[in-house]
Amino acid sequence: MSEQAATPAPTAAARPAEKAESLLLRHVAAFFESPLAVVGLAGLVLLVAAALAAPLIAPQDPYDLAQLDIMDGTLPPGAESLAGYTYWLGTDEQGRDMLSAILYGLRISLGVGAVSVVIACAVGASIGVLAAYAGGRIDSLVMRVVDLQLSFPAILVALVLLAVFGRGVDKVIIALVIVQWAYYARTVRGSALVERRRDYIEAARCLALPKSRIVFRHLLPNCLPPLIVVATVQVAHAIALESTLSFLGVGVPVTEPSLGMLIANGYDYLLSGKYWISTFPGIALVAAIVAINLVGDRLRDVLNPRLSR
Amino acid sequence: MLVYVIRRLGQAALVLAVMATLVFIAVYAVGDPVAILASPQADQQEMEAITRRLGLDRPLYEQYALFVWNALHGDLGRSFVYNEPALTLILNRLPATLELALTALLISIFVGIPLGLYAGLKPQSLGGHSIMAGSILGFSLPNFWQGLMLVLLFSVMLGWFPAGGRGTTRDLFGVPVSFLTLDGLAHLILPALNLALYKMALVIRLTRAGTREVMLQDYIRFARAKGLSQTRVIGVHVLKNILIPVVTVLGLELGSMIAFAVVTETVFAYPGIGKLLIDSIGRLDRPVIVAYLMLTVVMFVIINLVVDLIYAAIDPRVRLEEAKA
Repeated sequence: MSEQAATPAPTAAARPAEKAESLLLRHVAAFFESPLAVVGLAGLVLLVAAALAAPLIAPQDPYDLAQLDIMDGTLPPGAESLAGYTYWLGTDEQGRDMLSAILYGLRISLGVGAVSVVIACAVGASIGVLAAYAGGRIDSLVMRVVDLQLSFPAILVALVLLAVFGRGVDKVIIALVIVQWAYYARTVRGSALVERRRDYIEAARCLALPKSRIVFRHLLPNCLPPLIVVATVQVAHAIALESTLSFLGVGVPVTEPSLGMLIANGYDYLLSGKYWISTFPGIALVAAIVAINLVGDRLRDVLNPRLSR
Repeated sequence: MLVYVIRRLGQAALVLAVMATLVFIAVYAVGDPVAILASPQADQQEMEAITRRLGLDRPLYEQYALFVWNALHGDLGRSFVYNEPALTLILNRLPATLELALTALLISIFVGIPLGLYAGLKPQSLGGHSIMAGSILGFSLPNFWQGLMLVLLFSVMLGWFPAGGRGTTRDLFGVPVSFLTLDGLAHLILPALNLALYKMALVIRLTRAGTREVMLQDYIRFARAKGLSQTRVIGVHVLKNILIPVVTVLGLELGSMIAFAVVTETVFAYPGIGKLLIDSIGRLDRPVIVAYLMLTVVMFVIINLVVDLIYAAIDPRVRLEEAKA
């Protein structure tokens, strides 16, 4: 808007940029038409903010043993501590405030999900677009590997990888990347096969641009919309998968507990009726996954008009 | 067709060989099982004796050659922990997992199809919307969390079903099964429901999409015009036509159900092969991990092979394209 005011008479060069902006604005406007998607986005922003600000807003540092008092162990929600402040979501067996533990756990869960998706997306998209551009034997070899990997359930592949690597946040991320890259490779290849027959690729070839420039600057950007949709939904999948692995005891280490691990820790207490240790981290996990899915579903409808019903 | 079958069999064998090698290299790179098996007081000599007994002192390629040779003879090694053949250990627990998976499959079909049918016939009704919302949750929420909530609701709060274990079993043709005793059935319900939820969501979506499509077809209008009752139109004309994709997908998903049983069995302490796998990973019991993975790989390769062959039999385009490539 301000740009328009600054240049009252748009030059020929400025016009495409303006068009792109209005397209983006149109997408944003379309996104906000769905109240559910707005709720999802608001929830997601709130959760991410809470996770980022955890050290500032958490009542205690749950991993500073000096702040924990074993006498406060397994207190129900709303109980007062010996030091006099209230545990709104109760405490675990070591007297750790669950609210603080959840805020810190959210950091790890969301972080692992986001980082693994970004890396997997970059790796998968590069492989997919190169395969589509190269075609022939390379293409069919890559796609065979993708097919092979996708024929095994992600949970099983990740489980085996982590059994090999051992525990650790970095190792979980590596395992999630290996499990996920094939989705992106397949998605990007699909749209790249269509795009590479378009005239602008032909034009770029006629200009004798280097291959890498054609692939990454011309072909790849035009394959992005479906990739964005897959990536958004995959963040939710990655978070769910990480929490499952941590619940099974092969994911993050005890020193950096994600939400899945907090849930696993509280499982023994669940059977004796102390529901809060497992339930509240679970609600945080579910809220994050549902919020991301709501946003992802709406993005799919907005970015792909053919799919809208 | 024969060319296609031979090609496809060759591919399956290749996949098996590659996976076996990957599994072997991966699993044998994990940790040091001697450190876990030996008692903390064990001295150097005892440790060496254990290493020798397990065959871990030989070079890796020798271990690999032995592994391949033995695997071809149906011997996947002895469990370090139980000192039993790993394959026997798994086969003993396989019936429990199969029973769980099949029960879950039945639940997802007999609950999922009616719900999907309803949602497809009345997409704008409150019931239709609720079913779809439920199926989205079934899809996206982690399986173990759904299991925990089932335990919390039905075992801890209501006290209707036990929270874990397999209960009393009775032998059926020499195989212990739990669905023949009341106690076993009570133990089976929650884990089976947990395992079924994800597939149920899938069945609901497939059925709903199929129903909406079929309802617009001319033969449905014709059946109505003939004056057939609503029950007959839906029960025969609609249901028959939507079942094909549902059955195809469920056949494909049976394998992933057995893989997902790892999670369900851990939540419900259910003594199947999934629980065995998790326990074995914790104890670095390599032969059992390898045997489990090999069994799963074989199962998946067979399922994919059968599905491809059926497709090729139904649709000639598949085998023609393959023959060209």
